[in-house]
Amino acid sequence: MSSQLDLALLAEVQQFLYMEARLQDSNLYSEWEALWTDDAIYWVPANGADIDPEEQMSIIYDNRSRIGLRIKQFYTGKRHTQAPASALGRVVSNIELLDVTGDEIKVASSAMIFECNLRADTIWATRNEFLLRRTEEGLRMARKKVVLVNNEKPLYTLSFLV
Amino acid sequence: MESQSSTPNFADLVQSDRVHGSLYTNEEIFQLELEKIWYKTWVYVGHTSEVPNANDFVSKSIGPQPLIMTRGRDGVIRLLLNRCPHRANQVCLQAKGNRGSFTCPYHGWTFSNSGELRGFPFPEGYDTADRSELGLGQVNRVAEYKGFVFGSFADEGPSLEEHLGAGGRDAIDRLVQTSPEGEVEITAGFLQHRAKANWKFIVENETDGYHPQFVHASIFSIAKSGIGDLYSNDSTAVARDLGDGHTENDLRPEFRRIDKPMNWFGTNEARLPDYVEKMKAAYGEEKAREIMIDGTPHVMIFPNLFIAEIQIFVIQALAVDESIQHVTALQFKGAPDLNRRLRQQTMGSVGPAGFLLADDSEMYERTQRGVKSKMPEWNYLGRGKHRERRDADGFMVGDATDEVTSRGIWRHYRELMEAK
Repeated sequence: MSSQLDLALLAEVQQFLYMEARLQDSNLYSEWEALWTDDAIYWVPANGADIDPEEQMSIIYDNRSRIGLRIKQFYTGKRHTQAPASALGRVVSNIELLDVTGDEIKVASSAMIFECNLRADTIWATRNEFLLRRTEEGLRMARKKVVLVNNEKPLYTLSFLV
Repeated sequence: MESQSSTPNFADLVQSDRVHGSLYTNEEIFQLELEKIWYKTWVYVGHTSEVPNANDFVSKSIGPQPLIMTRGRDGVIRLLLNRCPHRANQVCLQAKGNRGSFTCPYHGWTFSNSGELRGFPFPEGYDTADRSELGLGQVNRVAEYKGFVFGSFADEGPSLEEHLGAGGRDAIDRLVQTSPEGEVEITAGFLQHRAKANWKFIVENETDGYHPQFVHASIFSIAKSGIGDLYSNDSTAVARDLGDGHTENDLRPEFRRIDKPMNWFGTNEARLPDYVEKMKAAYGEEKAREIMIDGTPHVMIFPNLFIAEIQIFVIQALAVDESIQHVTALQFKGAPDLNRRLRQQTMGSVGPAGFLLADDSEMYERTQRGVKSKMPEWNYLGRGKHRERRDADGFMVGDATDEVTSRGIWRHYRELMEAK
């Protein structure tokens, strides 16, 4: 990163992350799915931020085809834990451009998510890391890592798009 | 019923084909369960492969009580209670590690990983204290079956082998032979999935062959999984009561009918050439084929170890309406290509975001809320009662979707709760 902050790029990335959050909060599943590149990895580690997902259990470790399966499951109408869908409101903040290399942008952000479902109201806190890629359709997600700050503890079901 | 008697009458509450809703909601009954089941019978704690080396330790639990499972310098596995004998502070706060001793952060008392008090600061302040009486508490009996470590807080009682019975032992025997070296390894780390539900809803569901077609219809339909068919009305699989509260869904009749090695794991021999080769070398062509057709068991070892073909769940009762499912992929020694797929499939299926378990857990929580409604008071568990029969080994079996398993769990539960 140059010492000169690229404000136009920051604004573009911010707008993209806010849009992603809006699609998630609105349970607009296929619109959210369209944000992924073909080589995507969607990763929610367990037991810390730095485990090796190829060796250790993660809460989610989806390649592109498994992201597709996750989305399809919602549309069956029989994904019971999301029928009715969670009511969601999230705030995305702390957006920081970490690196720009070629057409790829590495970004950090934080999110606070309020979930209301049949069980109760739950607050989730995450530290996120994205690898965004500039494509002909605009920015797309090649990688999203969601570190739940309490991922070393027992967690209630997390079946909305985090 | 609850208000009329101070001691619950389990003969009234647990009947041959129905159980009373208060069994899932009554705080007093939960406390009795801790006393008569969790803090008395054999409870699964951990696996020897989680503490492979001298001085390894890992944090575990029996019910609400946290434990430290240690392997001493002498190689012996012990289950220590995480409570300083001085003023009850917790002496270990790490999930796992390697150390020969634990020092309480409160006043510096130090204990060896075999539980003995090694020393305390400023010893001249104690006149008559007997150090041998001031060690960490330990689970009274610890025993292992093929790497699976269980603990019992009772000084006396059935041995672990007696507790597992012929059925439980056979299930674990079948499991370990899926490894070309005959050993399971628990090395992939646990997901901890919390549910606002009584632990018995979870135990009952594990061998309920009636629910998969409905609860898991979403994923079966889109993943083109054959699992749904195993629990169809036409399935030749059987539900089996193994006695002592242990139950299974025996899917082997279906796998033998299909007669394709590795079909139990939704794959075939061509995709796992190294594994298949090693299995044949280890067991011989014929026996290896038999193992690879039969697959791993789907068995619930009462009260808390569920071996679910490709993963294990350790069920922890935390409160009358709060439970944790600790789940990890099974790993088979000497089978890296199989193990990688087991981890991938397990991650997709289970845990808080799993394609399967998020929906199971939704049902646990809905039933927990449902059972608070006072009418009709009872849960009806009569499915398949008219067609249950004894198999060649003398176990009671039913069709794939029958509730012979739930009835077996509850019969054993009642015996335990009525015991003096």
